[in-house]
Amino acid sequence: MTRFIWHAVRLLAAFLVAGMAVGLAFTIVSLPPASPELALTVADNMTKSGVSHPVTAVLLNFRGYDTLLEMAVLLLALVGTWSLAPIQEMPPVTPVAVLDSLTRLLTPLIMLTVGYLLWAGAHAPGGAFQAGALLAALGVLLNLTGWRLPIDATQCYLRAIMAAGLIAFLLAAANGWVHGMHFFSYPHDQAHMLIQFIETFATLSIGITLFTLFLLGRTAPH
Amino acid sequence: MVTALLYGLTGLGLFALGLYALITQTHLLRKLLAINVLGGGIFLVLGGLTRRLADNLIDPVPHAMVITGIVVDIAATALGLAIVMRIHALTGHTTLPEERE
Repeated sequence: MTRFIWHAVRLLAAFLVAGMAVGLAFTIVSLPPASPELALTVADNMTKSGVSHPVTAVLLNFRGYDTLLEMAVLLLALVGTWSLAPIQEMPPVTPVAVLDSLTRLLTPLIMLTVGYLLWAGAHAPGGAFQAGALLAALGVLLNLTGWRLPIDATQCYLRAIMAAGLIAFLLAAANGWVHGMHFFSYPHDQAHMLIQFIETFATLSIGITLFTLFLLGRTAPH
Repeated sequence: MVTALLYGLTGLGLFALGLYALITQTHLLRKLLAINVLGGGIFLVLGGLTRRLADNLIDPVPHAMVITGIVVDIAATALGLAIVMRIHALTGHTTLPEERE
């Protein structure tokens, strides 16, 4: 009997979801032509932004608040994960020779790519998020192939790096006050430098934070 | 325009699949995966529909929002995984109490 009810519930859910999907599909197909207003506003102000790639300009200049809060969300997720459980003791892994030398080869290459993505963000697709995600992937790769950080290194240095992105962002935003402007407004001649400053620290923070999230536990015992 | 519709409708399909799985699957890990599929669909809709502008003009604002969204999605998934593991460690179950048979 319960099995019958369970099937009925699944069927009902399928019908409801399918009905909603058809309604949404109809909405997407019948959307009015998009207004280019926002894209044009961005294009008109690109010369003031300090970078030449529009997505980076939106992320770190025009809508900097979003990105600032997002860095804070990353830290909050980390605090949430850490408050649930201490880190699981990782079993020692001894990689075979090929895997070991492969990771030794890949590490500098990935670091080089991280640097390239960070630098490219100013004028092409790239920037702090892509570079940070790659850095985190490198951390996961090294961890899975048996490399372990000494536990002392995870105490305060790692936490300082995690917070560095948010702090650099706030400093760059507060720089507006020093120059008699609003919070989060960059002086024209400094915009490029400030964005690079934020992106460099944000890359480190995002990379280390995402990697530490992967460990799913507090890194250092209290 | 056709490309935008294709992306939009594919994203919608992923969203519907994810939503159905979220409702019907009982294992928490599957629910978390369903949320990820659902979120990926939403990102595809948001990113794909920016191609609707004329003259190959691309609106960078939704793109920036999608990048932000993806990072928040990863963080939320990690937090969700930590909660699932905690529930498993404390109760030995991987389902919610009201969904246990």
